[in-house]
Amino acid sequence: MLPSLSIKPTPAVHSGRLRALAAGFALMFASPALLAEWGINMTEGVTALSAETYSLHMLIFWICVAIGVLVYGVLIYSMIAYRKSKGAVPATFNHNTTAEIIWTVIPFLILIGMAVPSTRVLTQIYDSSDSDLDIMVTGYQWRWQYRYLADDGAEVTFFSNLATPPEQYENYEGSLAAEKGENYLLEVDEPLVIPAGKKVRFLLTSADVIHSWWVPDFSVKKDAIPGFVNESWVRVEQPGLYRGQCTELCGRLHGFMPIVVEVKEQADFDAWYAERQAAAQRISDAASQTFTMEQLMAQGQTVYNTYCMACHQANGQGLPPAFPALTGSAIATGPAADHINIVLNGKQGTAMAAFGTQLSAVDIASVITFERNALGNSVGDMVQPVDIVQAQAQ
Amino acid sequence: MAAAGNQNLSVGRLVGKLVLTVAAMFGFGFAMVPLYDVFCEWTGLNGKTGGQVVYEADTADIDLARAVTVQFSATNNAGMAWDFRPLQSQVVVHPGELNEVKFYARNPTAARVIGQAVPSVSPSAGADFLHKTECFCFNQQVLEPGESIEMPVRFFVDKALPDDVHKLTLSYTLFDVTQNFAETAQGIAN
Amino acid sequence: MATGHAEHHHGPATGFTRWLYTTNHKDIGSMYLWFSFAMFLLGGVFALVIRAELFQPGLQFVDPNFFNQMTTMHGLVMVFGAVMPAFVGLANWMIPMMIGAPDMALPRMNNWSFWILPFAFTMLASTLFMEGGAPNFGWTFYAPLSTTYAPASVTFFIFAVHIMGASSIMGSINIIATIQNLRAPGMTYMKMPLFVWTWLITAYLLIAVMPVLAGVVTMMLFDIHFGTSFFSAAGGGDPVLFQHVFWFFGHPEVYIMILPAFGVVSEIIPTFSRKKLFGYDSMVYATSSIAFLSFIVWAHHMFTTGMPLAGELFFMYATMLIAVPTGVKVFNWITTMFRGSISFETPMLFAIAFVVLFTCGGFTGLMLAIAPADFQYHDTYFVVAHFHYVLVPGAVFSIMAAAYYWLPKWTGNMYDETLGKVHFWLSFVGINVLFFPQHFLGLSGMPRRIPDYALQFADFNMISSVGAFLFGFSQLLFMFIVLKTVMGGKKATAQVWEGAEGLEWTLPSPAPYHTFSTPPAVK
Repeated sequence: MLPSLSIKPTPAVHSGRLRALAAGFALMFASPALLAEWGINMTEGVTALSAETYSLHMLIFWICVAIGVLVYGVLIYSMIAYRKSKGAVPATFNHNTTAEIIWTVIPFLILIGMAVPSTRVLTQIYDSSDSDLDIMVTGYQWRWQYRYLADDGAEVTFFSNLATPPEQYENYEGSLAAEKGENYLLEVDEPLVIPAGKKVRFLLTSADVIHSWWVPDFSVKKDAIPGFVNESWVRVEQPGLYRGQCTELCGRLHGFMPIVVEVKEQADFDAWYAERQAAAQRISDAASQTFTMEQLMAQGQTVYNTYCMACHQANGQGLPPAFPALTGSAIATGPAADHINIVLNGKQGTAMAAFGTQLSAVDIASVITFERNALGNSVGDMVQPVDIVQAQAQ
Repeated sequence: MAAAGNQNLSVGRLVGKLVLTVAAMFGFGFAMVPLYDVFCEWTGLNGKTGGQVVYEADTADIDLARAVTVQFSATNNAGMAWDFRPLQSQVVVHPGELNEVKFYARNPTAARVIGQAVPSVSPSAGADFLHKTECFCFNQQVLEPGESIEMPVRFFVDKALPDDVHKLTLSYTLFDVTQNFAETAQGIAN
Repeated sequence: MATGHAEHHHGPATGFTRWLYTTNHKDIGSMYLWFSFAMFLLGGVFALVIRAELFQPGLQFVDPNFFNQMTTMHGLVMVFGAVMPAFVGLANWMIPMMIGAPDMALPRMNNWSFWILPFAFTMLASTLFMEGGAPNFGWTFYAPLSTTYAPASVTFFIFAVHIMGASSIMGSINIIATIQNLRAPGMTYMKMPLFVWTWLITAYLLIAVMPVLAGVVTMMLFDIHFGTSFFSAAGGGDPVLFQHVFWFFGHPEVYIMILPAFGVVSEIIPTFSRKKLFGYDSMVYATSSIAFLSFIVWAHHMFTTGMPLAGELFFMYATMLIAVPTGVKVFNWITTMFRGSISFETPMLFAIAFVVLFTCGGFTGLMLAIAPADFQYHDTYFVVAHFHYVLVPGAVFSIMAAAYYWLPKWTGNMYDETLGKVHFWLSFVGINVLFFPQHFLGLSGMPRRIPDYALQFADFNMISSVGAFLFGFSQLLFMFIVLKTVMGGKKATAQVWEGAEGLEWTLPSPAPYHTFSTPPAVK
């Protein structure tokens, strides 16, 4: 079984872990997989480079342990053997140039020994040439967007949002409270999917502030910087699910924008990719359909929870002044055209993004309908996808 | 007292030098800004491609034996409402050959918007070797409400591109800079 | 004791205005120390809010945005309000006495250096009550989160940073002028106590880099209010430029916070080992090397920003190099103890704990220097563990050690040794329960600056939070011990500690208001 980041501590494992802690040093000789599973050590990961990184980490670690044993050994020995209370008489020596030279040169040589493998591994990590597949990864507050750069067919692009519902992380009481799932805070609605055995290059950027994309099992971490594009790459042989998180403070929900990568065998990946291209076409076609109020409200709730709730809050009260309330607001209860305009085009100088470039017409129509008929509002009108398309076409 | 007087003088002189050092380091902090730009251009890091380059058609020596894939990508900064995308997702070019691709932009809002595109080339080692002779990123772009435009980028790949680089990605991030140009918008449009 | 010119040789003034107008280095030193302790408690409260929220998975107590304000304010208050002023307080109290000078070179500027600090921190703390809340972008305030996306309080944050910077710069100018000009005849540079040496070097570091911090926050101010684009790609700028300029200040800053600690430990260990410091010359050269190297390693905080390979390698090698002079210092301290005659009074306990635990932080620092491995450590709790080990059982323990060491000289009373040892052991256990598990959290994948976490991180977070409350509340005992000592206790002699050497131990305890009005003779 693969070491995974998503083990829920059952009572048996829980007390097992505490016993492990008590056992201390003996565990350092347990297998790497076990230590990673117990949350004590870095994972070896699933790529050649993650294994190299792990080995480098352990090499430096053991060198530090060896030096520590030596240094702390002399210190502890001195504290015991040269106690005044046992009658120790102090010596008077206070310098020795030879000693100074020795304990300057030897550490320097040890450092060179460390630098050689470190240079080799870093050079390999930096070589992102000749990739089989290129994916644009864009950080947003507070989600990731993935775009597959390809020459043919419809572009596959989607957002990957935290899927853990607020009932699990907000401190609700009583009947609203929900138990935390196994992959609490490490699950998304749409994982990034990549083929196994192929070199996949990631192009990272951001649409707002600096984020950072990290998947420990790949040992890939790169900052996503607005206006600039960074690169990283991975080749994963083993299919499976791999989880990571944003690792650069990016605002309120920095801790709530996880990464899930699903590695599929090439054939499965091709099937998935074709289906996504077809789905993109269907979504685009759906823009001409007419939906019922129930359909719009249901989809609108989902879209609201994923894209709007972070700022405007679950009850629509917002967090003024930065994030205005939707409940009873002039825009959400006034003419639909203004409501459509602000959702599509954002508001310059504020945190309100231009969702017209991020969401489909169906999603936008749904969320606007939802905002006008829930959250304490009851305007009673419906906005259809075709209204959105028309507003965008002007 | 002479000793105290000498001491005061020496304290005064030292303090003067230290204050000058403080001022110099404050200036150094600001000097890091242009220094950083110079360093970036010199090394090509950050994917900065440098400014406009002139293409000498008659002396161009196209390396027909070599093919380089150039991918294109467009990202909107949050708050930029334009529909912005490359009309071609990639082209295969020969080093030394002048190529043109187009990017589409449309302003769906009800107000005039000024956009600024910022380019970035990956890998950054390749940034030095992708030369743009014409690019919509050299200037701000003004679009009236509902207006759309096809914007060309003309570029060539330098023959000195390292042999192990077979693919370059040219990405643009589009920013809404209308507020920065409130007074001068009319001037740019004209 | 010196008599002589009469003009300013009287005891302290009375009433509150004594403290407002004093130019006496002992008074000012005391004010810095009390101020820093108050800030330590304030920053500690912020930390306890953080650890309370992180006690269990889920959001129990605070909104994530407020959590970000807590982490930001905790860092700012501890770095600029607690650690740095504490060391300046120790410098003010001890440097003149250690070099045989009557006071600092610029006593009136000294007063001003202190008094602008309470103003700056009152302003900074008040941002918690402003609309939009306090700064919430981390104490490292990266752009554009701290520019385009910042709350309104960012302008007050910038103003406060300018004031704190001015205080540090003025203090450093004073310290350099004092050390270079007011040493007693016969005290050559290579006869100065190591605490004086480390502060001289620290003061030069401050002069060099605090103005750069002032520059970077000024650039932020311009970007926010005056339409410039230093850190915005839209206008031709670069967010990564912010990081370069910030860390050019930031890395020397962390050495500014540890070099005086090295000085304190270099005073205490020889005293309680009854043996002179081993390798004095070497210690001076090592400290100077560390200071020099601290200027060329800044981008090891930026390994994941996409620097070119050559840059990453350079910064990796330079950072690894710092281990050499740092190791030399550790070896010298231990060799001082080796074949000494050691007693374990409270200052010595803190000093030995410093050597052990700072070295631990040094080891994790070496691990972090390895750039490819850093891709797995960066912005995780492994980094949090590293810097807290070097700062808390590092810098903070050295400040506590210094307080216990010199309290008898300052007050004339011995502190309660039993209580001191209790404080030490509670702090020692608390600190390790608090921070050691954070290594595991980081290695197993927990990012930093998050208010809630996946379930596999729950156990170590709970343990860490318990340690935080233990350590935090133990500091109330420290406050009690200090107050008790100020108010009374067994009378201290001039020498205080059997093995102590240096000019300060030739003065009576408590040290008189004015000392060394006539310089002593130094052999």
